[in-house]
Amino acid sequence: MGTKKSAFISLTELARNFQEVKAGLTPAEARDESNRCLYCYDAPCIQACPTGINIPSFIKKIASGNLKGSARTIMEANPVGASCSRVCPTEELCEGACVLNHSTKPIRIGDLQRYATDWAIKNEQSLFKPGEKNGRRVAIIGSGPAGLSAGRELARLGYEVTIFEAKDKAGGLNTYGIVSFRLPQEVPLWEVKQVEQLGVEMITNVRVGADIEAHEITENFDAVVLAIGMGKVPMLGIEGEDLAGVHDAIEFVEATKTADLKEGLVGKRVAVIGAGNTAIDAATCSVRLGAANVKILYRRTQEEMTAYDFEYDFAKQDGVEFRWLTAPKRIIGDEKGNVKQLECWRMELGEPGADGRRRPMPVEGSEFILEVDAVVKAIGQTRHLDVIEAFGLEHHRGIVKVNLETCQTSNPKIYAAGDVIFGDGHGEAMVVTAAQQGKDTAYAIHKQLTKAGIESA
Amino acid sequence: MADLRSNLAGIESPNPFWLASAPPTNSGYQVQRAFEAGWGGAVWKTLGEPIINTTSRFAAVSFNGQRVAGFNNIELITDRPLHVNLKEIYETKKRFPDHAIIASLMVEPKREKWHDIVKRVEDVGVDGLELNFGCPHGMAERGMGAASGQQPDLVEAQTMWVKEVAETPVIVKLTPNITDITVTARAAVRGGADAVSMINTINSLAGVDIDTWNTIPHVAGKGAHGGYCGPAVKPIALNMVAECARNPDVHVPISGIGGISNWKDTVEFLLMGATNVQVATAAMHHGFSIVEDMIDGLNSYLDEKGISSVREIVGKSVEKYSDWGNLDLNYRVVARINNDVCINCNKCHISCEDASHQCIERLIDANGEPYLQVREEDCVGCNLCSIVCPVDGAIDMVELPYEKPPMTWNERQMAISRLTNQS
Ligand SMILES: Cc1cc2nc3c(=O)[nH]c(=O)nc-3n(C[C@H](O)[C@H](O)[C@H](O)COP(=O)(O)OP(=O)(O)OC[C@H]3O[C@@H](n4cnc5c(N)ncnc54)[C@H](O)[C@@H]3O)c2cc1C
Ligand SMILES: Cc1cc2nc3c(=O)[nH]c(=O)nc-3n(C[C@H](O)[C@H](O)[C@H](O)COP(=O)(O)O)c2cc1C
Ligand code: SF4
Ligand code: SF4
Ligand code: SF4
Repeated sequence: MGTKKSAFISLTELARNFQEVKAGLTPAEARDESNRCLYCYDAPCIQACPTGINIPSFIKKIASGNLKGSARTIMEANPVGASCSRVCPTEELCEGACVLNHSTKPIRIGDLQRYATDWAIKNEQSLFKPGEKNGRRVAIIGSGPAGLSAGRELARLGYEVTIFEAKDKAGGLNTYGIVSFRLPQEVPLWEVKQVEQLGVEMITNVRVGADIEAHEITENFDAVVLAIGMGKVPMLGIEGEDLAGVHDAIEFVEATKTADLKEGLVGKRVAVIGAGNTAIDAATCSVRLGAANVKILYRRTQEEMTAYDFEYDFAKQDGVEFRWLTAPKRIIGDEKGNVKQLECWRMELGEPGADGRRRPMPVEGSEFILEVDAVVKAIGQTRHLDVIEAFGLEHHRGIVKVNLETCQTSNPKIYAAGDVIFGDGHGEAMVVTAAQQGKDTAYAIHKQLTKAGIESA
Repeated sequence: MADLRSNLAGIESPNPFWLASAPPTNSGYQVQRAFEAGWGGAVWKTLGEPIINTTSRFAAVSFNGQRVAGFNNIELITDRPLHVNLKEIYETKKRFPDHAIIASLMVEPKREKWHDIVKRVEDVGVDGLELNFGCPHGMAERGMGAASGQQPDLVEAQTMWVKEVAETPVIVKLTPNITDITVTARAAVRGGADAVSMINTINSLAGVDIDTWNTIPHVAGKGAHGGYCGPAVKPIALNMVAECARNPDVHVPISGIGGISNWKDTVEFLLMGATNVQVATAAMHHGFSIVEDMIDGLNSYLDEKGISSVREIVGKSVEKYSDWGNLDLNYRVVARINNDVCINCNKCHISCEDASHQCIERLIDANGEPYLQVREEDCVGCNLCSIVCPVDGAIDMVELPYEKPPMTWNERQMAISRLTNQS
């Protein structure tokens, strides 16, 4: 990409910008890399994978030419393993734990995982079979990584599973939220198909709480899994937020995955507010939409940013500028109601707040103006309070409370997994943790329902 | 899911993967762990009069950084008392009744010694016997192992003594340290063997330490020849299996051993006539869990080919293995370089130039870029360039249409002798 921008970018060029950035391994690369793995016993890479993929086993299978077996080993442990191979922060997880960090360089586990799952996608393999029907029915709300994983495991255990999904397509943020140039939509859609092939019923375009009442679901199923993730980006609470050209980062990214790409940002100046994973995606998306200048504004410093280092590097390579200790004060529009400028303040870090992080405080009189054409808000996500409350579940500021052992919410018939329980110190909002929670929930339901079955018998 | 069950001369196992008689099958603890991991059978570490081992015992050959390309050992047969092994065999068989346990045996070439040990191991419930006529070191100096395995008459006689009392199938394990393996294989068959297994290890010296001038391995500064195994010996073993498989006088099933590390190696041995395979070095290198991919990979392979049972592929390539005199002299292949794939390392050029027939030309195209081309009329189709080429698909060996009708050396000789007889 580089920083060179031209004011004229054709739609085909834009489309090319959104193709997957990283090429897959060639067969020769996969052979060399897979043969480099030591096939460790009780391997630390397995421990470091939240879904516990048997990494040496899948790599050995690539080396031996058993690609189907390799893909099965991956997908067995992780129903969204093809997506994870692209979006997992591997340096922090499996690859960070690889023993070869101490001698040469770590195995490219993510790339090998992609190699094997790409093979399965390309060869249209279906890897699993449903279990024998046990007569019990489970409803899952939300078809993201958590809902899909729970659904797949329940189907393999013989449950009749129905997934309700508000959107047109299943897959959650993998389908709609993670930029195409990191995760092309066909990958999560293949994972969805794998789950559907087990007989899981996928009811899309149905928003629970609006199109169907919460109690209807609770009454008609033996168990319910709430896997609705999180909501929109919250309001900044500053003047000018409703001007044209102010975007919610998640909707902004979603638009690049669902509708035809638009030329609206070509040559424009974009300010992205926040420095988490979503901000990076929004910023790199803006670059790819042809923006002439993209700045990330963050009220703390690089040290506190929640984006990973590799994400930061990626954005830097795309020419994104970072402005630390900078917060928006007000968005200024022109006479037509379009964004024209952003007034910011400089910040300084004060005493640690309740979360232990030093609180940013505006510096008196430090206000300055940035000339911008668009503002993208990426300061976190709100919670689906309406749905949570419609089910009458206990929560803490929208974070649904669960018993970590049984995965049950305050209503023992309702379980919850994924981003909907993220926060307050448990888990990280990652695809891979959502997948593991989905699996855990399926096993927890099975345990509860079989126990209940035995007791009632 | 293909049917992987295998049956070697009446010995049944859930799959064709056995552990060879070697350190991994030294004890009940190990064999039980192996069965839990998925191995279908195990040939127990050779039983006999307990011996004393040396330390150190093993050495391996790394090839350009790849560890354990070949493996060398000077270990002898079991160093544990017979009654302990027998007790553990009994317990293991009880826990795993469907898995194959074979007792590997080695005693002095005396009839009563063989009778005695056969009865004792059959009493604890083994599924079969394997006579170790192959160990090339240590035991040979006592007239056992390879020493008796190199003498066809001793192979035949000892097999016969065993067969006099054995109630379970008898496998004779052959040494590769011999000119023609079919000679001893036929001797085993004459002695009544129900199956043969091959290969045991090949006489070897792993290396010499160029600083201390010691052998590798050494025992207090002295070395002795050991037995070679591991991936490096696979082609030798495969040929020996194939030679036996295509020999009409060796009409018993074969258990293939030597350098087998994965499901692909296994398929090759089965195609070349082995009914099952045995593995030592690969399990020593990586542990028992390697069998998981062996089973899974074999299964996928069979499923993909639409073959329902592993038994169906046994021997399918044997008829393709023949004598040089039966090869078609008028069949022609030549090398063809795909310039869009080639990375211009020139390795093919120099290997052909210095070591074959000087027919890969270095040329310059219209844009001044170098490229390589084979002068097909001079190419003898030796494969050397395609062997040294580092890039998959850069060199194809392509078949040329026949200029003369097919003719083998034997046919040619026959034709010539007909002509000379006529004149
Ligand atoms: C821009 C962005 C980039 C990210 N990048 C990464 C990354 O690189 N790596 C990584 O590991 N993680 C990343 N994440 C985080 C990751 O996407 C989430 O942690 C993960 O998707 C959570 O899975 P989930 O199943 O809990 O929720 P979601 O994926 O959010 O799925 C929830 C689903 O529920 C549906 N739903 C919601 N309400 C209802 C309702 N009332 N009725 C029916 N359906 C409903 C939604 O439509 C959605 O499909 C990123 C997140 C964002 C926003
Ligand atoms: C350390 C070691 C010890 C062995 N001991 C025996 C033995 O006691 N009896 C026997 O029949 N073969 C023995 N073998 C030979 C193996 O059973 C096998 O025939 C040989 O190693 C080739 O197979 P591989 O390439 O899979 O290792 C031994 C091999 C090794 C490496
Ligand atoms: S830690 Fe590294 S070398 Fe060891 S098994 Fe895992 S990927 Fe392979
Ligand atoms: S492998 Fe075990 S027995 Fe052998 S030298 Fe090492 S520690 Fe000792
Ligand atoms: S060896 Fe292969 S890659 Fe190298 S020049 Fe020859 S054809 Fe090209």
